[in-house]
Amino acid sequence: MTDDRDVLRDVWFGRIPTCFTLCQDEITEREAEPYYLLLPRVSYLTLVTDKVKKHFQKVMRQEDISEIWFEYEGTPLKWHYPIGLLFDLLASSSALPWNITVHFKSFPEKDLLHCPSKDAIEAHFMSCMKEADALKHKSQVINEMQKKDHKQLWMGFQNDRFDQFWAINRKLMEYPAEENGFRYIPFRIYQTTTERPFIQKLFRPVAADGQLHTLGDLLKEVCPSAVAPEDGGKKNQVMIHGIEPMLETPLQWLSEHLSYPDNFLHISIIPQPTD
Amino acid sequence: MPASVLWAVDLFGRVYTLSTAGQYWEPCRDTQLEFKRVSAVRQCCWGIAADNQVYVYVCASDVPIRHREEAYENQRWNPVGGFCEKLLPSDRWPWSDVSGLQHQPLAGVALPSPHWEWESDWYVDENFGGEPTEKGGWTYAIDFPATYTRDKKWNSCVRRRRWIRYRRYKSRDSWAKIPSKDDPKQLPDPFNDLSVGGWEITDEPVGRLSVWAVSLQGKVWYREDVSHPNPEGSSWSLVDTPGEVVQISCGPHDLLWATLWEGQALVREGISRHDPKGSSWSIVEPPMAENGITHISVGVSVVWAITKDQKVWFRRGVNSHNPCGTSWIEMVGEMVMVNVGLSDQVWGISCEDRAIYFRQGVTPSELSGKTWKAIAASRECDRSHSGSSSSLLSAGCFFGDEVRASGESPAPSDTDTSSELDRPGPDQPRPADSLDSTESSHKGSPALAPGPDRPAAGAAEKTGQAEGPGEEASSPASTPAELPWTNIDLKEPRKAPGRAAPGLPEPPGLSSLGLLPLGLEEPYGADDHPLWAWVSGGGCTVETHTTLKWFSAPVGLSSAVQTLAPPVTPAQTAAWRKQILQQLTERTKRELENFRHYEQAVEQSVWVKTGTLQWWCDWKPHKWVDVRVALEQFTGHDGTRDSILFIYYVLHEEKKYIHLFLNEVTVLVPVLNEAKHSFALYTPERTRQRWPARLAAATEQEMNDWLALLSLSCCESRRVHGRPSPQAIWSVTCKGDVFVSEPSLDLEAPDHPLPCDQLFWRQMGGHLQVVEASSRGVVWGLGYDHTAWVYTGGYGGGCFQGLASSTSNIYTQSDVKCVYIYENQRWNPVTGYTSRGLPTDRYMWSDASGLQERTKAGTKPPSPQWTWVSDWYVDFGVPGGTDQEGWQYASDFPASYRGYKTMKDFVRRRCWARKCKLVTSGPWLEVAPIALADVSIIPESPGTEGSIALWAVSDKGDVLCRLGVSELNPAGSSWLHVGTDQPFTCVSVGACHQVWAVARDGSAFYRGSVSPSKPAGDCWYHIPSPPKQRLKQVSVGQTSVFALDENGNLWYRQGITPSYPQGSSWEHVSNNVRKVSVGPLDQVWVIASKVQGSHSLSRGTVCHRTGVQPREPTGQGWDYGIGGGWDHISIRANATRAPRSGSQEAGTPLQEADLDPDPLGTLPKHRASTPTPQALGLTGLLLAVSQAAHFPGEHGLCPKLGVSQLQYISPSTLTTGCTKWSPPERCSEAGTHQASALAGTWCTTRAHMEEDTNPPEARLGEAETKPLTALLQNHRPPWLPVLWPQLTPSPMGALCPEPREVGASVSSRPAQPLPAEPRGPGFSPRGQAGLGAEA
Repeated sequence: MTDDRDVLRDVWFGRIPTCFTLCQDEITEREAEPYYLLLPRVSYLTLVTDKVKKHFQKVMRQEDISEIWFEYEGTPLKWHYPIGLLFDLLASSSALPWNITVHFKSFPEKDLLHCPSKDAIEAHFMSCMKEADALKHKSQVINEMQKKDHKQLWMGFQNDRFDQFWAINRKLMEYPAEENGFRYIPFRIYQTTTERPFIQKLFRPVAADGQLHTLGDLLKEVCPSAVAPEDGGKKNQVMIHGIEPMLETPLQWLSEHLSYPDNFLHISIIPQPTD
Repeated sequence: MPASVLWAVDLFGRVYTLSTAGQYWEPCRDTQLEFKRVSAVRQCCWGIAADNQVYVYVCASDVPIRHREEAYENQRWNPVGGFCEKLLPSDRWPWSDVSGLQHQPLAGVALPSPHWEWESDWYVDENFGGEPTEKGGWTYAIDFPATYTRDKKWNSCVRRRRWIRYRRYKSRDSWAKIPSKDDPKQLPDPFNDLSVGGWEITDEPVGRLSVWAVSLQGKVWYREDVSHPNPEGSSWSLVDTPGEVVQISCGPHDLLWATLWEGQALVREGISRHDPKGSSWSIVEPPMAENGITHISVGVSVVWAITKDQKVWFRRGVNSHNPCGTSWIEMVGEMVMVNVGLSDQVWGISCEDRAIYFRQGVTPSELSGKTWKAIAASRECDRSHSGSSSSLLSAGCFFGDEVRASGESPAPSDTDTSSELDRPGPDQPRPADSLDSTESSHKGSPALAPGPDRPAAGAAEKTGQAEGPGEEASSPASTPAELPWTNIDLKEPRKAPGRAAPGLPEPPGLSSLGLLPLGLEEPYGADDHPLWAWVSGGGCTVETHTTLKWFSAPVGLSSAVQTLAPPVTPAQTAAWRKQILQQLTERTKRELENFRHYEQAVEQSVWVKTGTLQWWCDWKPHKWVDVRVALEQFTGHDGTRDSILFIYYVLHEEKKYIHLFLNEVTVLVPVLNEAKHSFALYTPERTRQRWPARLAAATEQEMNDWLALLSLSCCESRRVHGRPSPQAIWSVTCKGDVFVSEPSLDLEAPDHPLPCDQLFWRQMGGHLQVVEASSRGVVWGLGYDHTAWVYTGGYGGGCFQGLASSTSNIYTQSDVKCVYIYENQRWNPVTGYTSRGLPTDRYMWSDASGLQERTKAGTKPPSPQWTWVSDWYVDFGVPGGTDQEGWQYASDFPASYRGYKTMKDFVRRRCWARKCKLVTSGPWLEVAPIALADVSIIPESPGTEGSIALWAVSDKGDVLCRLGVSELNPAGSSWLHVGTDQPFTCVSVGACHQVWAVARDGSAFYRGSVSPSKPAGDCWYHIPSPPKQRLKQVSVGQTSVFALDENGNLWYRQGITPSYPQGSSWEHVSNNVRKVSVGPLDQVWVIASKVQGSHSLSRGTVCHRTGVQPREPTGQGWDYGIGGGWDHISIRANATRAPRSGSQEAGTPLQEADLDPDPLGTLPKHRASTPTPQALGLTGLLLAVSQAAHFPGEHGLCPKLGVSQLQYISPSTLTTGCTKWSPPERCSEAGTHQASALAGTWCTTRAHMEEDTNPPEARLGEAETKPLTALLQNHRPPWLPVLWPQLTPSPMGALCPEPREVGASVSSRPAQPLPAEPRGPGFSPRGQAGLGAEA
């Protein structure tokens, strides 16, 4: 019998093999070798690509180096989305490794946020956590934590320390015994087919009649097109962490086990590959 | 904790129970009667029914209540006719009781009441003091009364024998009527109130109860002789009171309070073990003179009372020494009644809404609790009716259209009720009738159905006040104009009591009923709660940590199922969950498998935890020194962790450190005691030294943090994670900590077994004394308080929280044990016994040895984990017996004590005990309700199908067999009781369903004809213990039977054959053994009493018997493993056979076509490697020998080859010619271990080597030579079948082998390759000597 801990572990230690290639347009002093890396699914691009940056900077002139950004098949990659989400959303049907193009110039101002330092990532990450806890516990849990707990969450996340992170994070996953789940489930639903960046609404884990809401219930409620596409034949995949949970999965369990470290369920809805 | 139940009576007299694990009130199983009062304890419930008769409801348990009747048949020898029934006139009766004073013919023994039945007919007891007697069961003596002996002698003039018959209490789970006390000549004086308690009066026999009752005339009655074996008691006796009593309450200990008509309380004084009725009354005035006490309830050290104005009062300062207490405190709330249950928890029924309230926050330190909280649990019948519609309904719906529309003709209810009118006389109890009417009204007219659905407050008020059934019957008639449902409400109680005036007109009720549409029931369910009349918590255990589901109305059925069905929750079996796990595994494979060589984006740096601890330094003088410690964790590229623990200390102002690689640590043991929160780390080296690294933290929390982190690091570095495998080895320390180890493949390898000091043990949460496992993953444990626990499949718990613990399958666990101290006194001629001893004497308050001072005030619980849960009390149960006050006498300290005083006795002592309790958590669930003394699970090979045999001995000595145990239901379903003639202490079931047991008298028993189809077998065969020894434990492996006596000797049962499974004699194997566990491979592991290491001596050490072979089941020596404080081991799950070792790959290949290496399919699927030709020849011989020994015709000889048989084989028949026969005298030197046939000397000794670890005098016994056996044990093919699994039980109950052709099997066996280097000089000297280690 596998324990639910193992799910947390599997989620945390998810890795995407990635091949970074410098964009042709970049001016280099010599040929830039591609760089291969295992990216943690739950982390952010700019947090884990120091080595990539260093690797390509070596072949570039100092004056050509500005803020690094990444692109996959023409789409600039938002660093403030978790890596696994970007991959699931954009590249899950393509062959591995994931080919990411590295840019240093012409930063796409309208598509991407600037990421001046790790502090920006930390600020973004912690604000996500706080938002999630506001939904789950009216911020009670995160506010009761000490500063060092917050720091431990961030350090654990940054250094890929599962134990360190979860020692604190499990408090965020608790709920009062007399209730059957969180107040609301922190989730975001992403679709490639729409302009809207994502869907986020208030949704309770338990129905009025006491029944646990499932993933299917959520999608029916907030994104009906995903489960019952109008044009009949075209089906969608509902993907979290590279897997497709059954629509019968209780949302509360998903939120406890398949949330990203920012405590959100990032759900990708992508068209079923045709082949 | 086990689920226990709260009992309550609703306004209609129906009895309900609410489980601490449940959410619904369940109707009492026996619903035929209606009750006024109930008073419950754990095992039973007493009540006064509406017919004013007293009933007792004994809860069914798997162990029957049996009582043995016995009678003695006495005969005298006379010269003419030999022994005959003609006795001398001065003699006793021919049929008598044991003393001979009472005439007791067999026919004169009758069942005491209709609630008993005979189990069987009378039979002669042929067992005399544990020894079988000659046929007929006669025992002989010179004359009556005298000492009887088994054997008839020349001077045996009289003889007697005992006849036995068992009777069994049959009225369980039903109300059994207690015969009325009333003398027919006097006016009837029915009972009015009743209270049960007194089950914890200090050190009384287990199961005794005090039942007190009050009659209408205000008299107090005590029921004599109520106990577990006699649930009904024998008679009522009157206890004089100074006034008219209206109500009474009896606590679990020695508190008994009653209320008087005048409003004062009566307190009974002098209740004790010898006088459970007490001696005198004293009076306590009510809190306020104008409002007298109307109701009282007492617990262990609390008294709660209700006064006339319905205020609730708490009595301060009540305890055994001052049963009257000091003063009253007013509490909030207005109650009709209160009831104090177990651990002084309190329930009350509110005046306002007639709901049951539970007092929250009652703890030993805060006995008055904090707040009242209403119990919102609904009744099961409500659930089925109301369902999901409930939340939508409001009061306005009561008269809604759909209600009316669904109304049917009231006709059926009419007929029902009118049939009630035809009932016979009112005073007769009519159980069957009332059941009828309940059922039919359910069917016919919901409006009549017993009322889960009657909210009307007005009606409640009335019925509540009108306790007497007579008057309230009239109220419906007089108030026909009220709301219609009021009438219906009141109709119920009228129906209930049989004393309702028979002439009372029913029609008003009926007519009003006619107004009501029948469908009304549904809407009523909405906000309805049951209205209660009485509650009793005497059988309901609520601990501070218990989470109750009573307070919130249950939402939907699904959640209830989820919470009620451990250990496998639906979530764990759901398809969605399986699919997620599977997809995650696939994802990892897809995204990582081919890319492992990629660089990790985040480098794992060294991670360090530092802290300050104390360290027990390695050199003399040993003391605790302050050290700084640092744990450094590294992560390799493949994600594996490794860690080093540094201990920095200062020696002579010089900084130094020692370090421990955590991947070498074999076990981490918490060593909590009063003084230090410490833990010990063992490595193989430190295990050999018997000197672990000991570290202590300042607080328990800090220790737990370190322990959890270090333990996690050890597990990570060894990649041990999650649930232990089904083959795991389990052990328990003397502190109750549970450890588990994964057996490696070579643990039982015949040649080079893994040294057992290298086993890695990790801790499981929980607290146990005994743990027994089986290879199919079923694990049971027993607590110190004999509670049985079953392993849930989780891991962690206890101090292993968070990541080291599984999220599910961890439950609260508690355990209780006693701490004993001794009060010592010396006699002096002037003052008699005083606590003034001689200067040379022991402390006047001491431990058992007398060496340590232990006062009542100064003695603390064993560790901070334990808290006291009782006061000190005298222990009367000490061996040797005590006098009335618990004293034991002796001539001087230290000596053997006896329970009576003689002229020569100058000192005495008595034992005081105090209970303490520990609460922890772990992957264990209680198997209620029977407390067990021992448990054993069949040691099968994995893959066996069918249910798993599990035997146990209850703490009372009953032998039990658990039915329905399987991988999916490890707790099993029910107990089957196996009858015995005396209490048993230990049981063990072997792989072929051989069941052996040890009785309290120290002899062994074999159970015949046990098989999967007949799980309980048929009869016991008595097996005498080894001479002058009393056995205390037995363990049965596949075929081997080992037993342990009280002096620590380990015995092997010789001569066991399929046709004679009882064996022939005991062979001494070793001394110095505390516990033995024989596994499914017949491997033998023990806990040794004392083992000397190079630095220190350890007591309680895990040891592995080496050299155990089918030909030599008793093995050769011991291999010492983890130790120092180990108390129990279970090897019985480890059926992992060793694969064949690589050292055998030499020589020419065998023709594999000729040999099936695994004729029985038992061999792990390793193809035979390449043995030497010598080996072929030798093994061929050995196989032939073994076959000859196994199947020598119809004699059914020993499956274990005897040495004598081997010696008939001439060595010249060996085809290899490489060896020569070595006579025993050539095996001279102890210390040469030349077991190899190739080496030319076939001998071995049991005691040799071990120079470095054991002093020479510690070696065991004589050097033994065993010519061929040694050879055999070294060359036994690992697959060489042990024959018993092939055996099937014959119809006769004996085991017999399946027929097989001898010749064919010889050639079909593989040859056994010889090890290239059998045991060279590098072979560890460990463990060839006996266990003796005392210097």
